Amino acid sequence: MTSALENFSNYLYRNKHILLLLFLLPPLLWLGIIYLGSLIVFLFHSLFYLDGFTGKVVYKISLSTIIELFSSPANIDILIRTVMLASVVSLGAAIIGFPIAYYMAKYTTPKIKVFFYLAIMLPLWSSYLVRVYSWKLILAKEGIISWFLAKLHLTWLLEAILALPVIGGPSLSISYLGMFLVFTYIWLPFMILPIQASLERVPNSLINASYDLGATKRQTFYKVILPLALPGIAAGSIFTFSLTLGDYIIPYIIGTSKFFIGQAVYTHQGTAGNIPLAAAFSLVPIAVMAVYIYFAKKLGAFNAL
Amino acid sequence: MLFRKKKNLNEASLGLKIGAIFGILFLHVPLFFIILYAFTTEDKSYQFPPPGYTLKWFSIVLGREDIWNAVGLSLQVALISTLSAIVLGTLAAAALFKASFFGRDYITLLIILPIALPGIITGISLRSAFGVAGIPFSTWTIIIGHATFCMVVVYNNVVARLRRSSPNLIQASMDLGANNIQTFFYVILPNLGTAILAGGMLAFALSFDEVIVTTFTAGQQTTLPIWMLSELIRPRQRPITNVVAVFIICITFIPILYASYMTRNTTDTDGSSK
Repeated sequence: MTSALENFSNYLYRNKHILLLLFLLPPLLWLGIIYLGSLIVFLFHSLFYLDGFTGKVVYKISLSTIIELFSSPANIDILIRTVMLASVVSLGAAIIGFPIAYYMAKYTTPKIKVFFYLAIMLPLWSSYLVRVYSWKLILAKEGIISWFLAKLHLTWLLEAILALPVIGGPSLSISYLGMFLVFTYIWLPFMILPIQASLERVPNSLINASYDLGATKRQTFYKVILPLALPGIAAGSIFTFSLTLGDYIIPYIIGTSKFFIGQAVYTHQGTAGNIPLAAAFSLVPIAVMAVYIYFAKKLGAFNAL
Repeated sequence: MLFRKKKNLNEASLGLKIGAIFGILFLHVPLFFIILYAFTTEDKSYQFPPPGYTLKWFSIVLGREDIWNAVGLSLQVALISTLSAIVLGTLAAAALFKASFFGRDYITLLIILPIALPGIITGISLRSAFGVAGIPFSTWTIIIGHATFCMVVVYNNVVARLRRSSPNLIQASMDLGANNIQTFFYVILPNLGTAILAGGMLAFALSFDEVIVTTFTAGQQTTLPIWMLSELIRPRQRPITNVVAVFIICITFIPILYASYMTRNTTDTDGSSK
């Protein structure tokens, strides 16, 4: 028995391509058939259309669903709203995440760096739902932010912010501002880690050279550090942007009644039974991300990962 | 003058320190509030500060059979998905880490795709595929979905370890007279062990609280995150939800901390070698 196994393993050692094939076959079959298969079948539905009278899917190839997606103003609204939100969230995450990444990359001892690393990894991997839930407590009308601002006699400020046209609403937990906060909070770790990695590769001598040549801190930051951190920001924004584009849970729990792409997909496949339109909506984040990744790659984002 | 400037530059400015501290607080303070709210006596609203503190919600949750069933289902799913992901992810990593053949990049992309694409797309795709194939929803349909996106986590961890470990070790083992099987069990597996375990831990945490794909592949079954989601959309039992949230924090923190402990020596070299 053992010798048969040994002969077989020797055979494999000498025929690396057969070993490779044996290794690759199970994951490839799984992903190729179960995952890719169902993905393609689903996305292919965007080429079918829903019969307006019977409410049934007509399995004939046509562009009518895709035309419907881009011709209805309500749908265009959803697309623009989602892309805007994703952009603002990426920007917010970059601004909040940069100081942590910079401090972590340049000013920490190895021990403190491990602490920072853990402080970022824990939220990254811990429960998404619980983290969204915590903001429901914080943003609620009777919740923490309201209490805190009342203690500081700043309730008028909150009211003024909520009265603002686009970002405001009846309370923080039913406003775009609240949604922006929650999205930024949830995806922040995905932004910090690539920025940190790219800053870590900026040699200190380069920064010192900039100072030696007479640049101020501000000049050094804008002319040396920021350009070199840009690939990291681009890499992080791939995550924040893509994750925001497809999310449907946060807009459901925290947010207005206005739809985002994820919710549109969810409703169309569910109650409406309009799988073709749901598939057409799903194509948008995929297409947007393909374009986004193309440009991020030009910025060197993939070297920062 | 010059000396003072130099000293000044090697220390973080006040603004940077404040920014970094603010960022860390922003990441962590919300979770503290969840823990605080688990003890509140208020059960109708999210009133802050809590009017009083009590432990009674914990004992009520202990007696709730529906929650324990959801926990049981979630654990079962996470366990089987993690084991499948470990097998598939490790195999993929072993095949791809240094091989170069036509289509290799496409296969890598295919492995990453399930977490790169929005979960809702994966979920609906699987759901309609199950529908077309006539497969009824069961624990196994949830597991199929979870194993698909957990694979990449194990893959990433194992590939990172394989890239760092030296192929000379294998040669040395064989030069010293070990056969392939001995080499595998005495050299390769111990070398990869912690990476596989760490990847598995993270996959477990990921699967245990996954809700988006699960929504579409669970049918009428209730995993813990699905129970949680329905409470988030229509809050009916706020204090119970708070306690369950604390429970989820605990059960996901343990594998994450363990995973980072397992890979603690490698993260440092990872950063500096790049």
